[in-house]
Amino acid sequence: MELGKSLTARLFVYALLGAAAFSVAFPLALMVLNSLRSNFDILITPLGWPSEPDWGVFARVWNEAGLGRAIVNSLVIAAGTVLVVCTVSSMAAWAIARKDVPGWMLISLYFLATTTIPVQMFMFPLYFVMAQLSLINSPVAVILIYSAIFTPFSLFLLRTYVLDVPMELEEAARIDGASDFRVFTSVILPLISPGLLTVALIVCLNVWNEFLIAITFLQNAEAATATARFYQLTGRYGNNLADLMAVATIIALPTVIFFVAVQRRFIEGISAGAVKG
Amino acid sequence: MAQSTADAVALPAPAGLPGSRAGRRRRKPASRKWLFVLPALAVSLCVVLIPVVTTTLLAFTDWNGFSLPRWVGLSNFIALVQEPRFWQAFRNNCVYTFLFATLPMIGSLVFAVLLMTVRTGRTFFQVLYFLPVTIATVILALIWRSMMFSPTSGVVGWLQSVGIPADNPLAHPDTSLLGVLFVDMWSWWGYLTVIYFAALRQVDRSLIEAAVVDGASRWQTFRHILLPTILPTVMFMLLMSIIWSFRVFDWIYVLTEGGPGFSSEVLATLAYKTAFQSFEVGRASAYSLSMSLLGLVAIVVYLRLQARRERA
Repeated sequence: MELGKSLTARLFVYALLGAAAFSVAFPLALMVLNSLRSNFDILITPLGWPSEPDWGVFARVWNEAGLGRAIVNSLVIAAGTVLVVCTVSSMAAWAIARKDVPGWMLISLYFLATTTIPVQMFMFPLYFVMAQLSLINSPVAVILIYSAIFTPFSLFLLRTYVLDVPMELEEAARIDGASDFRVFTSVILPLISPGLLTVALIVCLNVWNEFLIAITFLQNAEAATATARFYQLTGRYGNNLADLMAVATIIALPTVIFFVAVQRRFIEGISAGAVKG
Repeated sequence: MAQSTADAVALPAPAGLPGSRAGRRRRKPASRKWLFVLPALAVSLCVVLIPVVTTTLLAFTDWNGFSLPRWVGLSNFIALVQEPRFWQAFRNNCVYTFLFATLPMIGSLVFAVLLMTVRTGRTFFQVLYFLPVTIATVILALIWRSMMFSPTSGVVGWLQSVGIPADNPLAHPDTSLLGVLFVDMWSWWGYLTVIYFAALRQVDRSLIEAAVVDGASRWQTFRHILLPTILPTVMFMLLMSIIWSFRVFDWIYVLTEGGPGFSSEVLATLAYKTAFQSFEVGRASAYSLSMSLLGLVAIVVYLRLQARRERA
């Protein structure tokens, strides 16, 4: 579509797009720039350029705040969740896409319905049961909860990939005497692996950033994910904004780099559900 | 034989699918595909369904989370409807959802169309607009709270120091909810823009060119070619916006904690605080249940409207 034919029209469009880009980037830039300044300078003005950037701040807060531990926790929980979600949802997606299960329609509706339920509708009993079982601060509990939360989305996304696998391939394998399990592992899984990768990316990003469950079920510094640790630090570093922004930068940077690196696949993944309907 | 008995016992065919089982049985005698749905169902049952049923029951009890729950009938709900705080939270939820579902919808559509009109920089703008979605809400909320809105360390303070009458919206009961809403929309409109842009790109180019040849104006092209094609996407995102914004928690909890007073309290924060700060889990469950039911009403109304539109 070439709506902006004239130079003025095109410049106007770029001015609007640029203004929007600036409004998005400005607060993020403040985070990075102010992490390099001293707390005193920030209190004088938040808008100064770091003339004497304090690069040592990152190493200092990394050690002080135990960020290494928190990042390992995030990675462990993300990996565990990806593993469970990919396993259970790819299996279910195959069965549901092929309509081979009695009640597949009801099962799909059930999973669809769970996506509309607020977390507050199931977290209280979970919390007090986990407390009884001494599973507060345990990554296992959080992996289980995240798995249940991300399974429906993953199931519906993978279903569209399964639908693209020709039935003939499955039937050929079956004629060769392959069992259901064998058909699944050697025919279906390899062919839906691009979908699994998309699921893994989206789940990783969501787990890294998740707030409500992380702060509720991971309460001490040793167990917290990076995001939960940041929230804990807002109390401790409350009046040291430079250090707080340094922690924020360290935690935000991996997801930003990660997203920019895989943006094409990521955007395709999130828009697939919405655009195809 | 043993296998098919287990099948029949575990998952009786629902009435909705008459005969389909028998037909398939003949072709694939040893199908045990239901086993493949079981792990996903088991995880969801343990984490979602059973706790949801428990929460529903707890709403009719008095429970501190540790002792035995005491059945109190409807008294949680009676207390709740008599409480100004509940109605304030409910009203805030409605205002929040209404604005969240309308303003970014329109703004993002405008920007998606603008992106369609340019050739260079599409990816750059898309990635940049999407960036906040990839960063934790708690980090973004803190940047806005302490670097943008704060009168001591934020841009608002700087504006005041150079003589521009700016104020921290989060500090005043009249504007606190709108302040939170603004930050939420700031972080989210790029997501919508990227999705609309993806939808717009699916529109058949030849249709647009034909319209231009026939002398259609830009508005007519948008109204009669682009909009009808992407309408399903718009409606889907509208539904998702309603569902997501009705359960807003992170932004409120980090930016204002529901304050000042209860001016930015919503049902999600009210339920959470009641359960984990005052340990009135029965009452908190009643909040959760009303939140879910009200959300459900919104979805049903939406689906009704959608069905009516399709019939018309």
